[in-house]
Amino acid sequence: MTHATATADVMHPPVPAEPGSGVYSNKLGMWVFLASDVMFFTALIGSYIILRFGVPEAWAAPGAVLNVPLTAFNTFLLICSSVSMVKAYAAIADGKKYFLRAVPGKLLRDGGLKFWMLVTIICGAMFVGVQVFEYIKLIGHGFTPAGFREGSTLAEHAATDAVRYGATTAGLYGSSFFTMTGFHGFHVTCGVVSMLYLYFTKVLPEKYSAQDYRGIETIGLYWHFVDLVWIILFTIVYLI
Amino acid sequence: MTTEHVRPNYILIWVYLFVLTVIEVAAAFLSHIPKHWLILILVFLAVWKAFLVALYFMHLKFERWRLRAIFMVPIPLAIILVLAVITEKIW
Repeated sequence: MTHATATADVMHPPVPAEPGSGVYSNKLGMWVFLASDVMFFTALIGSYIILRFGVPEAWAAPGAVLNVPLTAFNTFLLICSSVSMVKAYAAIADGKKYFLRAVPGKLLRDGGLKFWMLVTIICGAMFVGVQVFEYIKLIGHGFTPAGFREGSTLAEHAATDAVRYGATTAGLYGSSFFTMTGFHGFHVTCGVVSMLYLYFTKVLPEKYSAQDYRGIETIGLYWHFVDLVWIILFTIVYLI
Repeated sequence: MTTEHVRPNYILIWVYLFVLTVIEVAAAFLSHIPKHWLILILVFLAVWKAFLVALYFMHLKFERWRLRAIFMVPIPLAIILVLAVITEKIW
């Protein structure tokens, strides 16, 4: 037996592969990835808890540094995008490939896959846009990953009220804040790019049908998970 | 595709999520609840919202138990990790 044949025998055991858990492989792969992503974000949240509660000095009060109303609006955007995503899933499961269609006796038109996916992409892109705007404003006010920039507005506030602005812990606060929200923003950006790709290559050419909409279900799972993580991060980083 | 099931009212879930978010923000900034209780309430509301998303938007409630297990296995590990690092403060 040659070496190549022996390798092939090892790669193909005599027992045939099992049918699996009854779901198609894209979906199973996405669930496994999401399970690993749970641990990734837990590691970030765990690090944040250690940093925040481990230091004896005061941490900045909620709303002192961060713009909570703006982020609450962003949370609302992401929740809306999650609903539009699941509406897109329901639309294609019912075979509705169209954008909008008039329904006799109803004032509002019925949305199809093309409409709800577009709404999801727009809401996701707006979320990223608001986050970039928030970062620009924060850095402009002097809140950086290294803490409060010398001579900035926030550094002056911290000098007058060290407890409210967490003057001594600003470096830890800045690094953990930008790491956690930055990684989440990266996830959202990846989701928006993936959905744009699907929109132009699969949704607009009407390649999905009521019989096969695996791509929509798989990207939907990812998108809802990103929303779920933000729900937790918003509470931990902005409200507590 | 997924197992056939009665489709949940997605708009109602959206209303729940919106109302819970408003309650969270109001509790954090408008109430005078003691800090420890406030943290417990906010975490409870956040977990409630996360469950709504996972169960109804991700259809976890209607999936086979094997698929649920994949997602649920890291949850206890995550809780253990968070509790372990919180003890840093307690001890």
